[in-house]
Amino acid sequence: MKFENEMKIEFDSKSQNEGFARVVVAAFVAQLDPTIEELADIKTSISEAVTNAIIHGYEMYPGKVYIYCKIVDDVIYVEIEDHGKGISNIEEARQPLFTSKPNMERSGMGFTVMEAFMDNVEVESVEGCGTTVMMKKTLLSLRATKEEACNE
Amino acid sequence: MSLTYEIKHRNMIVRLDAEIDHHKAEEIRDRLDQLIAMNSIKVLIFDFSNTVFMDSSGIGVIMGRYKKMKQMGGDVGLINVNSNIQRVLKLSGIYRLVKNYESVQDAIKRLV
Repeated sequence: MKFENEMKIEFDSKSQNEGFARVVVAAFVAQLDPTIEELADIKTSISEAVTNAIIHGYEMYPGKVYIYCKIVDDVIYVEIEDHGKGISNIEEARQPLFTSKPNMERSGMGFTVMEAFMDNVEVESVEGCGTTVMMKKTLLSLRATKEEACNE
Repeated sequence: MSLTYEIKHRNMIVRLDAEIDHHKAEEIRDRLDQLIAMNSIKVLIFDFSNTVFMDSSGIGVIMGRYKKMKQMGGDVGLINVNSNIQRVLKLSGIYRLVKNYESVQDAIKRLV
């Protein structure tokens, strides 16, 4: 039988909430007993996506950021959604070092970090409506433990 | 835990915050630029010994300070970088410009 568990949070697009968001997701993922490295990968990716929602999606305007998380067996799915201005060219936005805000000393590495640290990253965006980033990661630590138990 | 620093002969060692994200980055950047200008710093060493989390906002802070220090004939080094932070730094290609050092003494010896 499949193990499933899900949660949703919603918060203001304030930079103070970047830390809150990654800690909440990390706490939810903790039930899968991830390695320190897996947890760091997830926290960093969440931080990147939430920061994008706040500084690019909403820019200076207030709005809400929505996070949906789902665990199915040893896979964690995360969706980070904003109802901000959207991305006009997703392919360009995903390029390493591309940033629309060089004056803010943004490194342009947000999507590159998410792609490196998660197994799969998808982006849906409609200009004027908002952006959703969907990420997925299989926790190999858990899979290894299960296989070990199976072989015994 | 927030930023602390030590200055010796125009070399500054900055022990960074526990968490470096976009929220913290602006504050760190402003504080560093102020300290660099006020003390005519030549070598800036980022000490990550207190830092448990850093996202790509931290890369922006290091790159920005690197450019600034280079323009003034100075240099930048990193110490006590843990493996999670190192993975973020590696992705960015920043190690072509800025290096990890064994200790403050090692960094100063090589950079000054």
